[in-house]
Amino acid sequence: MTEQLDITKLIFGRLTWESIPYHDPIIIGTFALVAIGGIALVVTLTRYKVWGYLWREWFTSIDHKRIGVMYMILGIIMLLRGFADAIMMRLQQAMAFGENLGYLPPDHYDQIFTAHGVIMIFFVAMPFVVGLMNYIVPLQIGARDVAFPFLNNFSFWMTASGAVLVMVSLFVGEFAKSGWLAYPPLTGILQSPGVGVDYYIWALQIAGVGTLLSGVNFTVTIIKMRAPGMSMMKMPVFTWTALCTNILIVAAFPVLTAVLVLLSLDRYLDMHFFTNDAGGNAMMYINLIWIWGHPEVYILILPIFGVFSEIVATYSGKRLFGYSSMVYATVVITVLSYLVWLHHFFTMGSGATVNSFFGITTMIISIPTGAKIFNWLFTMYRGRIKFDVPMLWTVGFMVTFVIGGMTGVLLAVPPADFVLHNSLFLIAHFHNVIIGGVVFGVFAAIAYWYPKVTGYKLDPFWGKASFWCWLIGFYLAFMPLYLLGLMGVTRRMSHFEDASLQIWFQIALVGAILIGAGIICFLIQLYVSYKNRESLRDETGDPWNGRTLEWSTSSPPPQYNFAFTPRVHDNDAWWQMKQHGYEHPKEGFVPIHMPKNTAAGIVISGFATVIGFALIWHMWLVAGLSFAGMLAAIIIHTFNYKRDYYIPVEEVVEVESKRTEVLA
Amino acid sequence: MGGATATANGKLEFTVPGEYHVPNGTLLGFWIYLMSDCLIFAALFATYGVLSMNFAGGPSGGDLFDLKLVALNTAFLLFSSITYGFAVLQMQANKLRGTQFWLLVTGIFGAAFLAVELYEFYHLIHIGAGPQRSGFLSAFFALVGTHGLHVTFGTIWLVTLLFQLNRHGLSGANRRRVYCLSMFWHFLDVVWIGVFTYVYLMGSLV
Amino acid sequence: MAATRTLCKSLVGALTAILLAGCDTVVMSPSGDVAAQQADLIVWSTILMLIIIVPVIVLTLLFAWRYRESNQSATYKPDWDHSTTLELVIWAAPLAIIIALGALTWVSTHKLDPYRPLDRVDAGKPVPEGMEPLIVEVVAMDWKWLFFYPEQGIATVNELAAPLDRPIKFKITATTMMNSFYIPALAGQIYAMGGMETQLHAVINEAGNYEGFSANYSGAGFNQMRFAFLGMEDGDFESWVQRVKEEGESLSQPRYKQLEQPSIDDPVQFFSNVAPGLYDAILNRCVDPGQICMKDMMMSHHGHGGHEGQEGHESQENQAESDSPAQHEEHARHGEK
Repeated sequence: MTEQLDITKLIFGRLTWESIPYHDPIIIGTFALVAIGGIALVVTLTRYKVWGYLWREWFTSIDHKRIGVMYMILGIIMLLRGFADAIMMRLQQAMAFGENLGYLPPDHYDQIFTAHGVIMIFFVAMPFVVGLMNYIVPLQIGARDVAFPFLNNFSFWMTASGAVLVMVSLFVGEFAKSGWLAYPPLTGILQSPGVGVDYYIWALQIAGVGTLLSGVNFTVTIIKMRAPGMSMMKMPVFTWTALCTNILIVAAFPVLTAVLVLLSLDRYLDMHFFTNDAGGNAMMYINLIWIWGHPEVYILILPIFGVFSEIVATYSGKRLFGYSSMVYATVVITVLSYLVWLHHFFTMGSGATVNSFFGITTMIISIPTGAKIFNWLFTMYRGRIKFDVPMLWTVGFMVTFVIGGMTGVLLAVPPADFVLHNSLFLIAHFHNVIIGGVVFGVFAAIAYWYPKVTGYKLDPFWGKASFWCWLIGFYLAFMPLYLLGLMGVTRRMSHFEDASLQIWFQIALVGAILIGAGIICFLIQLYVSYKNRESLRDETGDPWNGRTLEWSTSSPPPQYNFAFTPRVHDNDAWWQMKQHGYEHPKEGFVPIHMPKNTAAGIVISGFATVIGFALIWHMWLVAGLSFAGMLAAIIIHTFNYKRDYYIPVEEVVEVESKRTEVLA
Repeated sequence: MGGATATANGKLEFTVPGEYHVPNGTLLGFWIYLMSDCLIFAALFATYGVLSMNFAGGPSGGDLFDLKLVALNTAFLLFSSITYGFAVLQMQANKLRGTQFWLLVTGIFGAAFLAVELYEFYHLIHIGAGPQRSGFLSAFFALVGTHGLHVTFGTIWLVTLLFQLNRHGLSGANRRRVYCLSMFWHFLDVVWIGVFTYVYLMGSLV
Repeated sequence: MAATRTLCKSLVGALTAILLAGCDTVVMSPSGDVAAQQADLIVWSTILMLIIIVPVIVLTLLFAWRYRESNQSATYKPDWDHSTTLELVIWAAPLAIIIALGALTWVSTHKLDPYRPLDRVDAGKPVPEGMEPLIVEVVAMDWKWLFFYPEQGIATVNELAAPLDRPIKFKITATTMMNSFYIPALAGQIYAMGGMETQLHAVINEAGNYEGFSANYSGAGFNQMRFAFLGMEDGDFESWVQRVKEEGESLSQPRYKQLEQPSIDDPVQFFSNVAPGLYDAILNRCVDPGQICMKDMMMSHHGHGGHEGQEGHESQENQAESDSPAQHEEHARHGEK
């Protein structure tokens, strides 16, 4: 009898029917919606018999363009989830005053703010940024794919696997109630014995592996695969920022991996890294996580700086002002981002000298950042600016981001931080730079490169509507939080006593709703543009009179990107080609060497997801078996030596003649 | 040729005619991966540095470490690095059997290293100095154990590679793999020297 | 483009409104000298940065307007991409501001270091000769605040009082979770961590009932982890102490263990007759009989006696030496058990 019980335990661990939160109507409602939506999607896909197509052409694809698109779709889906969390928090804080306890119990509220932070950073901002780099970088450097195409597919599926675990935590068990960086001792096994923190650990650990490998991949791609003639100082600025970001990824994510391993050892094997007793030291966790965490914010923002550099030059019809100072600024930011982590915890009681060192290094970062802003400014100066949607986002960014930068430098002054730390002022600050910087940049990038990906432009009306909703919504939602911070209101509160604060939270709620409208406008924009794709069609491949190589090929680009590898003489390579009257090549085509699709990435990541889930629920048998499965899958994959093929020359000729016809 | 005419005409050429071969990035990529791995060890070393005096009333390194055993272990690993070097020399001389032989020897040294380490861990846990005992021991087991896990995976990789060499010989792809594993193996050796000095030698002074 | 102009106007309007409303808040007009200096620092830093920020915003909108495509009269120079003079200016201008701000940071961080004993009680009012700071030992518990007054021999839960214009020295620790001890009207916050001690020096200048709370999320009861901070005239403070002494129950070791149980939304509680060395035992995690104290644990194995609480706090150790003799006696009194 007991033996049987043990086997159940080995298979199911601590997972029981009780783990599903039936009692919570909000979760069950969400679950019902997600389930209905999911089933509808599956039924539709099955009905139109697209599973095979999706599997062959997308899930197993090693084409950097397809992987880039999959990252963007993952980002959009997770944005909806992360935003749902945000609006729930805003609603709770706008309601819960005095007698009114709001509609969320603290237990649920605490999970929501944790999930919101984790999702927005790891599963929205990161997929967006990595997705953009995936799509654009190889095209900008005139390459046919990335250095390690299989690894690229694998990285994507690992990220997706982490996202799946976070989504599962909504319906099976719970998510962490710890804040997005899961500080111990709160996340120690004594204080948080549930599965929430384990979901956090494994979701991030698995996604982190994906990100790290993608960082290695792109670093090598940019160093090794640039078209002939493209020296480092002739790389487009977006590629430069992508290079710096990927170096940051390679240098920062291992620390996250290590610190999460240590936290797992504390939780799973009762070790004493971060415990209060037996010689643990929680301050070490906080240091280590921010040694990863601070570079992480630059991992997000640097490529976005690159995006704005491309956009501002294109729509001003002018060369980017101060290319080399832009490059040096990027490199300086990359290096400095490692020397500032302590500014996240001035209040931990380090000495004044240590605090001022980290405060001042933080301020120094604002010098290259300021130089960048000025460079964009002087790119606009004496330009001829077309206010298409990407440029609107850019101007919105420049105005908004400098405010966020200013409050950031303010928080870098340690004694000022002592009164503002952990307050809503801090929340307002980082949303100011992340929304005003990263999110605006991602939407600008989507509007800018969408015609490259699909062959048709996005509908400008809904794009503008989305922009204005986001911009005004942002100011309404976050300016009150600055003020509340100055009123001494701290973050992560689910209920307030002081009724005089309520009006500000209500204004913030209105702002959040407006942002929601911005997201809806964006989705409508995607739909409307698809519907009107014929009238929005761009045949040239260069709808904005672009400057860099991605605009030299067709939209969407052929699988092999370029029939002939471009030769580069200038950092605005395509601009120069146009100036010299470049014509599309008509003959001399040769077969093209390309990597083959493979299912190994999705299979190995599938095992990783199961391992993660099994470890969260202490299903040791399942975890062991899937680990063996994963190892076997990896080894079997290494026995596959036939990973590439040649696209026959006839096919190349056919594709290229079509392009010639269109251009004629 | 389409596109721009040749430079001979005084005009710029904007495409590369024919097939353009991109340099292979595997070794660089693997090197960058190793640097990231190095940072994991850096984090573990730093952790050990912070916790190395937190004995929580338990035993210290001086009480626990058996330097003779560690010396033996270090010798195993250092020799395995030398024998790996022989394997690479054989490969450069295009000798498949020789390469396989020296790889096998390397693998045996690796396995011996792991056996000694497992014995050491077993012994420590047996006498009540397991990783749960104190912050110091947690950090010790995490650092040394992570290194050991790397050696384990290196050994699995090595065995896999022996089969692949058997099947495909010294092909270009296999040569790259031998070089990658070589970097991995030497890297673990370097890390071990750090562990040996910082953890064992300095630890036994306390 | 009209939209851009409207945006500009509404932005400036909104910012002004927020600035005006911001001046009246507890952080910007506090009642303690330390917090007041911190508020001044915020104002000065902001002004310094606005020297750059305002021109950038104005120029962005100006250039966006002036060089719009429809304005064909504006100069168009598609290949102009470099100007050494401009480059120098755009690097030097932020640099100059940061040098100024960096100097301000260095000075103010040292001056307002929470570990540094105060040298004044208000602007232009130095600490009177011979005035010792009031010592309060703070323990962040799950989820309430326990305050020891070693000088007065009392302890309270969720209520803290201090006399006006007398420096207060807080010694802060926690039982389990990391919290942050923060009274916005008084001074900036500092973390409360288990097995470690942080310090805060502050002074309250105006009588009143202020809010104190944990500013660092610490789990289920975080929301209610708030306390009242009473700034009192000397006489009122004396009678408050008397009241605590009279009404307070005794805080023995078993009573403390009871208090230590996690609880949410605790009422104010008074204790007199506090078990000797209790705070020290909490700090060193040896309240239960038979537990080895952390400081002794470390000492027994190697000579240099730095216990957990001292790690990474050089300034704390430095200050321990500069403490007045009276405080050393205080330490000694707690040491013997």
